Amino acid sequence: MRTKSMRLFVTFGNGSKRNDLLCHNPFIWNKIKSLRNILDGLIPIIIFILIWECIVRLHIVPEYIFPSFSAVMREFYHLTVNGVLLNNLASSLFRVLAGFLLGSVAGIMMGTVMGCRQIINRSFNPIFSLLYPIPTLGWAPLLMIWIGINEILPIILIFLCSFFPVLYNTITGIRSVDSDVIKAAKTLGASDRKILTSVILPLAVPNIFTGLRLEAGMAWRVVIAAEMVAIPTGIGALLIRSESLLRVDIIIVCLMVLSVMCLVFERFFQYIETKMTKEWR
Amino acid sequence: MPDIELKNIRNYVFNGLNMEIFDKELLVVIGPNGAGKSTLLNIIAGLVEYEGSVLFDGVSVNRMLTDKRRVGYLFQNLALFPHLDVASNIGYGPAVNGSRRESIAKRVDELLRLMKIEHLRNRYPKNLSGGERQRVALARSLAVSPQVLLLDEPFSSLDTGMCSCIMQEIKRIQKKLGITTVLVTHDMAEAKEMGDRIVAINGGEIHEVADFQRMYRYDPDDLPHLQNCTGCAIDCYCKG
Repeated sequence: MRTKSMRLFVTFGNGSKRNDLLCHNPFIWNKIKSLRNILDGLIPIIIFILIWECIVRLHIVPEYIFPSFSAVMREFYHLTVNGVLLNNLASSLFRVLAGFLLGSVAGIMMGTVMGCRQIINRSFNPIFSLLYPIPTLGWAPLLMIWIGINEILPIILIFLCSFFPVLYNTITGIRSVDSDVIKAAKTLGASDRKILTSVILPLAVPNIFTGLRLEAGMAWRVVIAAEMVAIPTGIGALLIRSESLLRVDIIIVCLMVLSVMCLVFERFFQYIETKMTKEWR
Repeated sequence: MPDIELKNIRNYVFNGLNMEIFDKELLVVIGPNGAGKSTLLNIIAGLVEYEGSVLFDGVSVNRMLTDKRRVGYLFQNLALFPHLDVASNIGYGPAVNGSRRESIAKRVDELLRLMKIEHLRNRYPKNLSGGERQRVALARSLAVSPQVLLLDEPFSSLDTGMCSCIMQEIKRIQKKLGITTVLVTHDMAEAKEMGDRIVAINGGEIHEVADFQRMYRYDPDDLPHLQNCTGCAIDCYCKG
């Protein structure tokens, strides 16, 4: 192992040998390519942070309006160490997971039934078509009256936010399955239930995951908004409290956490989708 | 393998169709687009609604759902399951019919060998050529040991060389397994190559039934309907 790595190091000094090595070793070539891609993405971020830091250090804007990146990172550290950030993040995370899970499962189940049974689609489609365009936060006042301001409120809001897109994407996925493939399964002796589980749903996975991926990020946006308006805990609540104390550094920390969580959720579903479908798509 | 009888079949294409497909024969149904060829196969498979009777060996299968008719169907677009590899595509039929894992594996191996595609076992349909996909689809339809094999324009997407190669293959397998087979095409050359007997169909009506040798001897004027139905191709074949 050591010999191999030393050889690599040595040959990097020589241009032609290096090229030979890279061309003939796809593993190393791919590693370098992916490292290059990461660097390509990181460099603009680093430049942005440097400009940010310089603007504040040069007193172009006052620090209480726009704190430096280093000050934000210091605050991030303090909030993490004293548990404020993690507690609030845990509250928001629980709400997102509960609402998103319920909304997605309900959306997939209802979408499957509507996609497979024309009569159920005809019955429910008009009402869902009327409800879908209502912005999720538009439901908040009504839900506050109906169920009060409590832990259930953001969960139901996220449920509504995830349900409709997942529902429609599931229906689209099921409808887009080639009818000859279904007929082929039938002629091979598969029952309707077997066709659903072994052919229709697996082939609808890409569409279902498109809905899940888009709504995973949206769920975080909704929970923050709901916490800012009505709930005393969570990242949204921390944001609104920081605003009243003029703590811009905490606000920026919260926004950064929100951004990372949205990205992590979206990437998670993208990863699962790729894992499930990369062989055959 | 059964004798298939269609009696007084009526639906959106046919208006009182009667025909018989004999045990172990390879019947070619020829006709232009929209003649009702694929609908005929769908009726035998139970995939479309119809009135009248379909009998397998004298027993009505009208009330039998598609999944119980034991029909092997090779679709025009092959309809392979894109999310399953070749082995799983072939093993799908036995698996959904409750076969044990060992017997499924054995059956898959057998069919891979029969079709000479052992090397494709772990590939996905998207990574197969047209001819390979054709073989996989045929293997899949044979995996359930069908009573009847229905082939819907199986050569339409293949180039000439591959087409004649697959034709020979299908013919060989059909004779070897002795499966009653119905092949639908609009190409007279294919019909000539493949058929034991030919049915010409147009506008949902049978215009001619003949074994090819008999037809070949006839003057085209004796077969006006067939000539109209299949165009100049039949004309030159009939003239010999």
